[in-house]
Amino acid sequence: MWRGVLTVLEKDLRIEWRTKESLASFVVLGVLLVVIFSVAIDPSPQDAPRLAPAVLWAAFVFTGLLGIQRGFVLERENDCLGGLLASPLDPAVLYLGKLAANVVLLAVMQALVLPLVAVLLHAEMARVLPALIVVLLLGNLGFAALATLFAAMTVRARAREVMLPVLLLPLLVPVLIGGVKATEAALRGGFGAAVGALGVLVAFDAIFVVAGVLLFEQVIRD
Amino acid sequence: MRVLDALLPWAALVVMLLAQWLIFVVVPTEAQMGIVQRIFYFHVPAAWATFLCFFVVAGASAVYLWKGSRAADRLALASAEVGVLFCTLVLVTGPIWARPIWGVWWTWDPRLTMTVILWAIYAGYLMLRAFGGADEAVARYAAVLGIVGVLDIPVIRVSVRLLHGIHPAVLTTKEGGSGLTDPMMRTTLYVASLAMLLLAAWLVALRVRTARLEAEVVGLRRELDHV
Repeated sequence: MWRGVLTVLEKDLRIEWRTKESLASFVVLGVLLVVIFSVAIDPSPQDAPRLAPAVLWAAFVFTGLLGIQRGFVLERENDCLGGLLASPLDPAVLYLGKLAANVVLLAVMQALVLPLVAVLLHAEMARVLPALIVVLLLGNLGFAALATLFAAMTVRARAREVMLPVLLLPLLVPVLIGGVKATEAALRGGFGAAVGALGVLVAFDAIFVVAGVLLFEQVIRD
Repeated sequence: MRVLDALLPWAALVVMLLAQWLIFVVVPTEAQMGIVQRIFYFHVPAAWATFLCFFVVAGASAVYLWKGSRAADRLALASAEVGVLFCTLVLVTGPIWARPIWGVWWTWDPRLTMTVILWAIYAGYLMLRAFGGADEAVARYAAVLGIVGVLDIPVIRVSVRLLHGIHPAVLTTKEGGSGLTDPMMRTTLYVASLAMLLLAAWLVALRVRTARLEAEVVGLRRELDHV
């Protein structure tokens, strides 16, 4: 089973490495969104660090939405999805492989957006980096768990550019709230006040990874 | 089923009339908020009807994925439409009540945030159905969304509590009483809720019947095309 997961992961990462399409759009879009949020809010230098968690997570969610769809559009364009379905891989294995690839791509994007937010909004992040990484990865996994399931679904629907955000954004609200609150706590120097927020993230990850494994078959079979 | 179909509208009508009488004639006016508090007897029952509808969506979706029953799929669609309707009622009656009491139409209180997110999830569900047509794949996608949506509700509920809140608790007495001081208020709330649930059930039944007829028409047209 894990061999299959690794094969799908390796395939997706190799495609990404050769085309660099998702990464390129991730980077440019991530930078743009951070700039646009900062300019729109126009915070004074003292206020800027307080806005950092919100800007970070809003940029992450919107960039992720657009990036994740790329992976499935590629599969569809050359009818690769048909090939994957014809392979002896179990749909659950396929899901876990795709999920892993998306988590890796999102993590690269987060690694680029995080220092940008730190610099542009003067947030002191170096000190609390390990805590921030934990929060970001928890949010990443939950986001990818649902996004992988829904991207496979909307890629075949009409008006897919609209459908993915319309379906995903309201479902992802717990990731957004949990992520922002936990990041705020981490920036203040400890998780003490963020037990609830971390709990939300962990519960979200657990529920939707399991749901994704169980339901993925329903969205990809013909 | 047929007897139930015939009885539902009449039961809904009678209980609804009784509820109106209780709300506007019998129940005492709330001491602090005044007359506007009576909207409560529409607001809260509509919220309960909304929740019930969304849980029916999830249940029917699970049955559809498991058994492939077309009837379950139609029930899920009907409940989602009626649920969004009642959720809209909650979101309209809430601000009418909130404006004179809180001074603002809207605030990002946990309950308000939760309601508007639920509305968005199931509005998305209806969009998915509308864009996809009557395809079997779309029915499966919608069922997946129906299940994921209901799994998300408890997580959303916990997560919005991390926001600041001012909304009153209705029946729980955790923070110093529910505000329903007169026993008549409670009775009125229950009768009004029963009325709202009957209305919702009747609308769902009507919508299921329409969906069944639509499917029949599609089937007949297909047959004609083959002749």
